Amino acid sequence: MVEPVLQISNLVKNFGALRATDGVTLDLRPGEIHALIGPNGAGKSTLIHQICGTLRQDSGAIRFAGQDIGSLGVAQRAQLGLGRTFQVSSIAPDFSGLRNVMLAVQAKQGSSFRFFKPVMRDRSLIDTAMAMLERVGLTARARIPAAELSHGERRQLEIAMALALGSKAFLLDEPMAGMGPEGSKSLTRFLDTLRHEAPILLVEHDMDAVFALADRISVLVYGRIIATGTVEEIRRDPIVRTAYLGDHA
Amino acid sequence: MREIMIVTRENLINLILAALLLAVPFAAEAFGQPFYVTLATRIAILALAATGLNLALGLGGLVSFGHAAFFGIGGYVAGILAAHAFSGDPLLFGLSGTKQMWVIWVVAVILSGLVGLVIGAISLRTSGVYFIMITLAFAQMVYYFAISWPAYGGEDGLSILVRNQFPGVSTMRPLTFFLICYVVLLLALALFALIRASRFGAALQAARQNEVRVATVGIQPYRIRLTGFAISAAVTGLAGALFADLNRFVSPSMLSWHMSGELIVLIILGGTGRLFGPLAGAALYVIFEYALGGLTERWQFFLGLILLVVVLFARGGLLGLLAGKAKHG
Repeated sequence: MVEPVLQISNLVKNFGALRATDGVTLDLRPGEIHALIGPNGAGKSTLIHQICGTLRQDSGAIRFAGQDIGSLGVAQRAQLGLGRTFQVSSIAPDFSGLRNVMLAVQAKQGSSFRFFKPVMRDRSLIDTAMAMLERVGLTARARIPAAELSHGERRQLEIAMALALGSKAFLLDEPMAGMGPEGSKSLTRFLDTLRHEAPILLVEHDMDAVFALADRISVLVYGRIIATGTVEEIRRDPIVRTAYLGDHA
Repeated sequence: MREIMIVTRENLINLILAALLLAVPFAAEAFGQPFYVTLATRIAILALAATGLNLALGLGGLVSFGHAAFFGIGGYVAGILAAHAFSGDPLLFGLSGTKQMWVIWVVAVILSGLVGLVIGAISLRTSGVYFIMITLAFAQMVYYFAISWPAYGGEDGLSILVRNQFPGVSTMRPLTFFLICYVVLLLALALFALIRASRFGAALQAARQNEVRVATVGIQPYRIRLTGFAISAAVTGLAGALFADLNRFVSPSMLSWHMSGELIVLIILGGTGRLFGPLAGAALYVIFEYALGGLTERWQFFLGLILLVVVLFARGGLLGLLAGKAKHG
């Protein structure tokens, strides 16, 4: 068996008496989309925060790209190739889309401690960033301040930044949230191709997208993974149906 | 530098501001009004100090309420080195003082930069109001240290009997000293423009806009901010050394929180994060101080009103009014 890119074992996080993450074990294998679903309050956000480093787990381990990242900071995990998008898009609003992606490119290239060469005359930065914007279909809007981009465009921009990092895994937190039906469809098509770049851990409420994309699904309820399996297995699982899917299955 | 070369309205206004500042002292000298030369020198030095703060505040979004510490440290470096050169007493490790401005500048830049590094390293672990308060607290510590240290005048300050020297020119001539300050200001503005356009500047400005985003692409905001804060402190320290030479006097008032506030006010008046914002702000401030100060002792009341108007109706400051919104490419 191929070694998973991301391997989470027995992760536990308590907030006071509340066990928000209760012994979660989860892995992400090369080339797959692994969807993480669960009702509101199930602890999906808490889990994501621990994976990307904004929260520290109480116990358990997180391995990524062959090393233990459980005690690394956000920036260090990103440097290792953990690309992420946010539920509410996180961008530098004053900068153009291009400059946002250029920031990711300069981080990937190594040093931000260069004080004299102007970035807007640095072809290696601009060309790489433009190539990423082209991949997500944002070329025409590259020079507009990111604050003026639409909701869907900001999502594309975030993905372009994750691509620019040369991510070894993508962590997408509800990418469909707030997208119209058309936007969801085109994003679904795009994510379907993105899996060839790097595997995706997809946290999502939109079941149409999840069923269309996921190779495997894990269901999180009250901080526990109650089931992991293929789309068909999850659809048929009686516990999952009562706990979460309801009439959707 | 490309965006600086292109003729935009902002660049034109910058050019006019720079030309005006250069023209005033020459005209004043021609009409036998040396006082205005001193006024212009004061504008140049305050603009230099605020350009330093503009790196932290304008680019990095770090509202430092403690930059008087660096301004004062620069001032005391000039005062103390000059005092030792005058008395002949050795300073530290048998090193003597100096009357050479450029040596003083190097020491002022290094020392204020190092102190900036230390203050920044601790302060930058906080943000928002806490950052403002902790930088203020550090500056107040330096202030009270200066007051309680009798060796260099304590509360009374320290006089520099003869202005320090610069190779090949007579610094006692007001116009010459102005030109020295003017050139240093232009160099600092060039440094600001370079940094703003660089990779480091991109990361610093991005950290202002969205810290999480910067970390998510793998850049540690803390290191970027700390470096920016130290450079900012060094530039403000350099201005302090010149300010001490202008007044031929340095006292704890250079270290007081009024000074920190004044630098912030200059930037807001002129335009936060704008290349020539500090110069526009310093010019407005000194002109107000002079013009209103001649009419009433309570000129700061009117300055307060003007600041209120700027904050409420012209948030981009003078440059925002004249040149429109800042462009980030």
